[in-house]
Amino acid sequence: MDKKSSTRQQATPPERPARTFDEDQMQRYSRHIVLPEIGGIGQRSLLDGKVLIVGAGGLGSPLVLYLAAAGVGRLGIVDSDVVELSNLQRQVVHRTADVGRAKAEVAAEAARLLNPDVVAMPYAERLTSANALGVIAGYDVVVDASDNFPTRYLVNDACVLLGKPLVYGAVYRFDGQVSVFAPGQGCYRCLFPRPPEPGMIPSCAEGGVLGALPGVIGTIQAMEVLKILLGKGQTLAGRLLAFDGLSTEFRELSYVRDPDCPVCGDRPSVTEPIDYEAFCGLGAAATGR
Amino acid sequence: MDLTGEVCPMTFVKTKLALEGMAPGQVLRVILDFAEAVESVPRSARNEGHRVLGVVQTEDNQWTVLIRRG
Repeated sequence: MDKKSSTRQQATPPERPARTFDEDQMQRYSRHIVLPEIGGIGQRSLLDGKVLIVGAGGLGSPLVLYLAAAGVGRLGIVDSDVVELSNLQRQVVHRTADVGRAKAEVAAEAARLLNPDVVAMPYAERLTSANALGVIAGYDVVVDASDNFPTRYLVNDACVLLGKPLVYGAVYRFDGQVSVFAPGQGCYRCLFPRPPEPGMIPSCAEGGVLGALPGVIGTIQAMEVLKILLGKGQTLAGRLLAFDGLSTEFRELSYVRDPDCPVCGDRPSVTEPIDYEAFCGLGAAATGR
Repeated sequence: MDLTGEVCPMTFVKTKLALEGMAPGQVLRVILDFAEAVESVPRSARNEGHRVLGVVQTEDNQWTVLIRRG
């Protein structure tokens, strides 16, 4: 059926400035707009949202795609790696032809191609103690989609220091976990005060991961980001959701802010980002606990 | 608002966006020619707290719905 021209005017003019959407946007976001919890106002919140995704790999792939599809207006994507053939078994934002290209660039391009409303900003560099605060400061919500402990601790610390909500996810073999570290409600270091000793935890490259697993966890992370931007529902703040992919079971662990946490506790010893490689190399001693 | 030619869910998408842009108490007049929407648009509007003042068939295949913004 033919669509009417988008130039048609409303019968009753709005008293306040209309949250205007063009015809394409009304169709693109129609399944959001009809939800009582979202509507045009919520969709505008998503379009105004700024989300930083740290990692454009297995977790970052569904995050980039779903957040771009949802119309999150600004996506920052941090990853210093290039696409490798061994990534393609789970990192579904990348294509075979992308092997050798910067992951951040490929993911940003995928976001733009999926939804031209999205401004995607690639950061083809590592987050470091020198740049973390500057990069993160420009965003409303940060997502940890990284695959290593130094980055995880650095992102956590920087988010606590800047008061940014952090949507955490991690996968290993058949298991995953996901949580939201909301300001004042606990952080990654409240759950895991000490980084593992160097060499104790194998990376995905050594340990393997079932290809669809990061899709499950990354998609839950995307859900949490959207709820935070919308201000709707109950997030995983204060709860760690653990997924056992072999038995297909979810378990939940409640946690609270640790007053002795070195970052978000009452007397924090970490007051600026730590050079993460030195931090993890030093192991437990560096946490001050 | 003339929504002839529109089908679900765009009938309610456009109705809802128009209502969001109005002040509580204001009345929106919607013209529809998609039969299914004549039931679904008023139902969805009620579910979101608006008041449906009336549904009138104006032609063989055209209806006018009046909705007061909640």
